[in-house]
This record gives sequence, C-alpha cells and structure tokens, in this order.
Amino acid sequence: MNVIETDGLGKRYGKSWALLDCTLTVPEGTLAALVGPNGSGKSTLMNMAAGLSVPTAGTLTVLDGQHAGSPVALDEIAFMAQDAPVYKNLSVADMLHLTSNLNRRFDEHFAKARLADLGIPLKKKSGKLSGGQQSQVALTLALARRPRLLILDEPLSALDPIARQDFMATVMTTMADEGMSVLLSSHALAELERVADYLIVLGDGQLRIAGHAEDLVATHRVLTGPVTEADRCAEQHAVVQDKRAGAQAHLLVRSARADDPVPPRWEAHPVSLEELTLAYLRGPGSQAQRKSPITDSIEVTEVAR
Amino acid sequence: MTVHTLSARPGRQDPETGAQPRPVPWRQMLWVTWRQHRGLLVTTAVVLVGAVAGMLAEGLNLHHAYAGVAGCQPLQSAGCLQPESTSNSDWHAANGFRVAVLTLPVLIALFSGPPVIARELENTTYRYAWTQGIGRVRWTAAKLAILAAALTIPAVVISMEFTWFFNPFMAQRNLTSVTPAVFFTRDLAYPAWTLTAFCAGAFLGTLLRRTLPAMAATLAAFALLAAVTWWGLRPHYPVHTYWPMQLFEGAWLVFLCAALAAGTIHLVRHHAA
Amino acid sequence: MTALTTTVRPSQEATPRPVPWRRMIWVTWRQHRATFISVPAVLAAAAILLVVFGLRAHHDYAALVNCPLDPGKQSGTCSRLMANFNSGVWPLANVCSILMQLAPVLLGAFAGAPLLARELESGTFRYAWTQGFGRERQAIAKLVLLGLTLAVLAWAFSELFSWFFQPFLWVEQMNQMSTEAVFDTRGLVFPVFTLVSFVIGAFLGMLFRRSIPAMAATLGVYLVIRLLAWGVRGQYPLTLVTRNAWQFTAYGTPGQPGFPWILNSWVTGPGGKPASPSIVSQVQLSLGGGGNQPVSVPKGYTIWTRFFPASHFWPMQLIEAGWLLVLAVAIGAAAVWLVHRRAV
Repeated sequence: MNVIETDGLGKRYGKSWALLDCTLTVPEGTLAALVGPNGSGKSTLMNMAAGLSVPTAGTLTVLDGQHAGSPVALDEIAFMAQDAPVYKNLSVADMLHLTSNLNRRFDEHFAKARLADLGIPLKKKSGKLSGGQQSQVALTLALARRPRLLILDEPLSALDPIARQDFMATVMTTMADEGMSVLLSSHALAELERVADYLIVLGDGQLRIAGHAEDLVATHRVLTGPVTEADRCAEQHAVVQDKRAGAQAHLLVRSARADDPVPPRWEAHPVSLEELTLAYLRGPGSQAQRKSPITDSIEVTEVAR
Repeated sequence: MTVHTLSARPGRQDPETGAQPRPVPWRQMLWVTWRQHRGLLVTTAVVLVGAVAGMLAEGLNLHHAYAGVAGCQPLQSAGCLQPESTSNSDWHAANGFRVAVLTLPVLIALFSGPPVIARELENTTYRYAWTQGIGRVRWTAAKLAILAAALTIPAVVISMEFTWFFNPFMAQRNLTSVTPAVFFTRDLAYPAWTLTAFCAGAFLGTLLRRTLPAMAATLAAFALLAAVTWWGLRPHYPVHTYWPMQLFEGAWLVFLCAALAAGTIHLVRHHAA
Repeated sequence: MTALTTTVRPSQEATPRPVPWRRMIWVTWRQHRATFISVPAVLAAAAILLVVFGLRAHHDYAALVNCPLDPGKQSGTCSRLMANFNSGVWPLANVCSILMQLAPVLLGAFAGAPLLARELESGTFRYAWTQGFGRERQAIAKLVLLGLTLAVLAWAFSELFSWFFQPFLWVEQMNQMSTEAVFDTRGLVFPVFTLVSFVIGAFLGMLFRRSIPAMAATLGVYLVIRLLAWGVRGQYPLTLVTRNAWQFTAYGTPGQPGFPWILNSWVTGPGGKPASPSIVSQVQLSLGGGGNQPVSVPKGYTIWTRFFPASHFWPMQLIEAGWLLVLAVAIGAAAVWLVHRRAV
C-alpha cells in the first residue's frame, strides 16, 4: 500500500514551475525523508499531499488511491506546516479543545500527558511560547489525531538538539506502535540518516532520486582509482558524481547490484546517505553545479568538505 | 523523557468496502466559532443590551411625556424659549439613537465579516485549520452561518424596539414608514441589510486575503449598495406600499447574501496554498 | 573561492550623531504608501460627489431665497419649490451629515490603529527597532507625518462639506453653533477630531499590540470623546446674558446667519426672585405664539436669556480645537512612551 503516489506531478506558480514532473511512490509504514535545498519544491509537494493546493499537472493520490484533500484524506492525514502555525491568542488548552472539535478522533489524554512531560503549561497563550515549544505543541496536536500519515514540514528547525532527539523518538515510537507513516522534510541530513527508511531528494523542483535508504546505500559506491583510467571507468558505469583531485579520481556510481565487480586498480568504498544526497543535488543539470566556478568540464576541483 | 503511547485506535475504515467515515458533526463547530470570535460576539451582546436598555429607558420617558408638549413650531426658534422642552431635547436623543441604529449594522459587520477568513490567511493558520478532519468547506460554512445568525438576531430585536421608540416623532417630523431613512430601520429591511454587510465583508475578506483592505472595501461597497438602493432601486420597485416593499427588499438582499456566501465558499474551496 | 574584502571601517565617534529626521520621510511614505494613497483617493471620490450634488443644491436653493419658512405662509410656487428641494439633495445631505460624524474616527482608526501595531503583529519590529534611527524617533516621525497629512486633508474636506451643506441650514433650521452636525463638520473641529482619533488609534494599537481590536476600541473611545465635547460645549465661558428677549426675533429662524445659540431662559420677579410657575408658563405661552408680536410681561418681571452670540462661533471653535489638540499631543506622547517601554 502506498501512502503517497504521484505521476508526473507538477505545480506552477505564475510562470515558474515550483515542482516539475515528479513521479514517486512512498510505501506505507516508512519514514520518508524529503530533502533538498530551499526552493526545491519540498513544501510544494507537501502542501499538495495535505490537500492545501491542487496540482497543475500530473496526478497525486494518497493513502492508496484517495484524492488529496478529500474527507477520507483529511481524516487520516495530519499536517504540521512550516513555522508550526498555532493561534497565537488561544491558550494551549484551547488548541487541544479546538483540534478535538475539528476532528473525529483525538486522543486528549495522550496530548495532555505529552505536554505535561515537556513542561508546557496548558493555560499559557500559544503566542507566548518559545518557537521550540510551539513546534512541540503542533506536533502533539498532529499525533493526537491518530493519523495514518503524518506530514511534517521542517519540524526540527526550531528545536534544540536534545529536543530534536526526543521529537524523533516520539515519532518513531508512534510509527512502531501504530503503523503510522511519516513524510518529513528537513535540512538536517546527518540526523535523518539514522532514522530514514525512504529517501526523496528534490532539487530545483525536480526529483533527483527516490528509494529505500537501504537499497540506495547498497547500490551506490565510490570507486577510487587513477585519473588516467577515469574516463574509461566512467563510460562503463552510471556515474553520479565525478571528482578528480591530482592523480586520483573518485567516481560515485550507481550499480544494479551491490556485488558488481570492481575494476582492477580501483577500490570501492561505501557511501553514506548524506554524501549520496549531496552528490545528487550537485549532479548534472543542477543549479549547484552551474553556480560553482568551472574552468573546464573535465578538470573540476571539488571544494574540500 | 518518557515516551507516551497513544490509546488503542478505534477500528478504521474497512479498505474492502471503502465506506466513507462519518463526517465530523456540525455542532462541533459551535465551540470553535465561539472561541475564535469570542471578542466579536461579546461586543455584539454588550452593544445589543446597551441599545435595548437605552432605548427602553428613553422610550418610556418619551411616550409618557409626549402628550404634554405644546405644539410649538418652529422648534428651535426664539418663540419657543424652551431649550429643555421635552420635544426638543428628546428629538436630540431620539436622533442620536437613530444615528446609532443606522450606522451600527455597518460598523459591526465591518469588524466581523472580513476577519473570518482573511485573518486565517494572513496568519497562515489556515494551514492548520484547513487540514483538520472537518474540511475547509464545512468549516467555512459553519462559521458563516453561526456568525450571520449571531448578528442578524440582535438586528431584528433592535429594529423592532426602534420602531416602537421612534413612533412619537413620525407625525411631527413629517415622516412616513416609507421614508427611506425610516424604511431602512424597520422589520425586514434592517436585519437584511445587517446580514448583507456581514456577507459582503466575509466575501471581500476571502477575495482580498487581507483584513484591513477588506474592511475598507466592505465599507465602500456597502455604502455604494445602500446609496444605489436608496435613490436608484427603491423608486423602481414593482410594489410601492410598505409591507410588499419590505418583503421585496428583504428577499433580494437575502438572495444577494446567499450568492456572496456561495462565492466565499467557492473561493475557499479553490484557494491554493 | 575568492574572499571578499570589505572597505575599511570609519573611525568610531564618541557619541554617534543621530540619523537625521528627514530620512524618515521616505521611510514613512514607503511603509504607509497604501494609507497615503487611499485616504486622498477616497476623499477625492467623496469630494466629486459633494461638488456635483452641491451645485444642484445651491441652484435649487437660489430659487427659494424669497420664500417664507412657515408652510402656512407659502404661495403655491413656494410650496412646490420647497417640496422639490426637500426631496432633491436633502436626503443625501442628511446621510452625509451622519457620515461626517463618523468620518474622523473611520479615517483615524484605519490610518492610526495599524500604524504601530502592524510592526508588532508581523514581527518586523525585530528589524525596525534595532536600526540606528531608534524606535521612539521612528514613532514620532510617523505620527507627525501621517497625522499632519490626515489633518490637512480633513480640513480641506470639511471646508468643501461646509459649502455643500450651506443651503440646508435655513430650510432645516440648523444653527451653526447649536446643531452638532454643523459645528462639528466645519472650522477647526473636524480636522482636530480626525487627528485625535488617529493618535488614539495609534496608542491603542500599541496597547493591544493588535490592529483590529485597537480599531474597535478607537470607535468606542471616539464616541466617549464626542459625547464629552457635546456636553462641555455649552459650558464654554463665552455666554452672554440679556434681558431683551425680543432681540432674537429680529434674526428670524435658527438657520439664518447671525442667529444665536440659546441655552436657557428664566423669569425673575420683583426683587430678583424667581417667578412662580404660573407666571412662567403665561410668559412662555405668549412668546410661543410666533415671535413677532410684543409679549405682555407683567410689571416687575424680567425674562433673562443665556446665549452664545453668533459672533462667538470662532472663539468656540478655537477653544474646542485647543483642548482637543492638547489631548492629541498627550495621547501621542503616551503612544511614543509605550513604544519606548515595550520590552517585547
């Protein structure tokens, strides 16, 4: 069962396409990490999945074929927008009551317990809470709705490192207990690496790569070898990124199987999800590559990390 | 930190039959609307009580003392050296009430109509409100209905009381119930105009997406509509006696409100984030 | 990657000179462009209406100049002209005079309430109040620039409205001192009331930190101040007292120029003691007959009248504008003080 299925999905604002030709399927029961730079179309995709906007091109269905924004979808999907909007003049208790009234299902007991645990007073006006506390309140409200799919748009940005860990722990536990699926967007790649089951990389409004984290890691590796043979090696593999420094060349390649043979005089190294993501984001046709200073298409000197 | 677990989830929609979940009941929007528009509703109630009490006190006074006034004409001339004469100062008070009654519906609708949707859009809280289970259409429809009722019912009360209150002055000032300024404050016309002001405000708020410009636009639009009706339309009604005119005006105003409300919901439905 | 170098920093002064005031002119214009454009636009549209209908009203009125006001004394032509006049522009003028009572608070609330509150609501104060210019000076500059502009526009509009309304004074027997609708909409009172509403809006905006509740509250406060102004107007120390009750008959009706504002009258008997009620009602009845015939006052009794002569119109305007202006400055200062003290 797929929680999100898109086919050629596109969204245009005025003359520019915020999202173009996006085809992906997000399976049930996974934590799907949506990564990409600012302006890459993450929020656009999430807004469409939550039913806030309609696609300009292509199709999008949620929860196994439901129309996004339909009553069934609204019932089963909880969305936490960027900046965690809460009604600033309403108290936290009011927000609980509000969400309880606006939905069929609401686990008030859970919400109150979680907020008490986080030390967030119920009587305080939401506008007076700190940014991190507002995020926590928004997450609590979303979780207490018992959704089948939880969509979180940059939920970690206002949280400190410890709060981030607790936040993710809560999300993971709920996923395990409930079979909830999560679509989460973030810049914090390193943290997501540990928890993401499914990775979606967007750049410039286009899908760069999407797939199960394990599969991606298994099918990608860095081949290190002499520069003189780099071109020949590149022809034989699907190259994602080509880095040459002095006498050595590092090619990040995608292979069909994890145990594909390594060319002689070359070494294969595993690649982390973060490296993989960055490579795809800087890949051919990306803005990142166009902007970096290129003297000549072959002799690219990558900036050391 | 302890990790809390959610209570056992009630049975879900059966994927085989695909039955629709029961929709969130309408009555749950009562508390939502009350809590979000508490300031407005309380202010309306206070104004209503104040207006009713004030008119009652002054009105009883008037009806009581009116018989004793000598038919002094013209009222303010030197010949009637009685600035405190009952008819003169009472006319002042009555006129004051008349001004308040004529302008109150617009002012309250000005403050109640535009923010309903526009405030959510400005604060981006629509991203919360419109992704809840109830859905944006029902959310909007319920709010519009509840607030419209909360404004129209006091309008009916005020207009009924004002008709009673203003009666003594009708003959003296050469006014009939068909005189435009009087016609507007009575029976069906007054609540209908109040409702129109609210619906216009809600529609313009959703259209313009910003509260303050929408308020200014509502004021202008309402003034324009009132002026056009007053001088342009009313003389051309197919009927010219009091009750048929009231019914006719009430009817087309309600029709206009329905169109504006439908327009508001249409805009909400097609609003793209 | 090449590293960019910035220009060398100028040496620090002991106390930096404040950023000059004139910089706020552009800032205020750009931030409140909508207000600066929409207020004149709305007033201009209304002005066009007033000119069009005012010309017609003046034209209709010119024909009536020689007609008596009393319906019983009018000829056929006169009654027709009167009826025509009353059903012509008068209904519009009546509504306009009501709207003119509201205009100061509407202009003031729309322009004033969001002036300072908007920064707080949108969070942009975190930028604006950390600039070199200083938050209090910014507030002062905005209040002064917008306030003066509003006041000048309001004054111009009220002058136009006074011209528009002139024909109706006689017919509707309105006196420019005693009829609030007239006194409030001409001279200095109208622009100063607009200014007061404006600063009240700005003050309440800072107090509540939100524009819309501030607008609603501005309406309420304005109502209170209006009622107060009407109440104290009769108490201004500009009244005269006379024994000659007949001088007023020379002026005709209240709408005639020169007609005074009569506050009250009383009758005293011999020795200056108040007259008995029966004498009083006798005198009143005889006076009520219609003005021109001599009144038979019993010997030894005097009718006293307290009134504002017509010539005191401008002094009254000045007094009222004066205390309203003081109020405006005080509330404006309070608004700036709130800006200074708000530790957000």
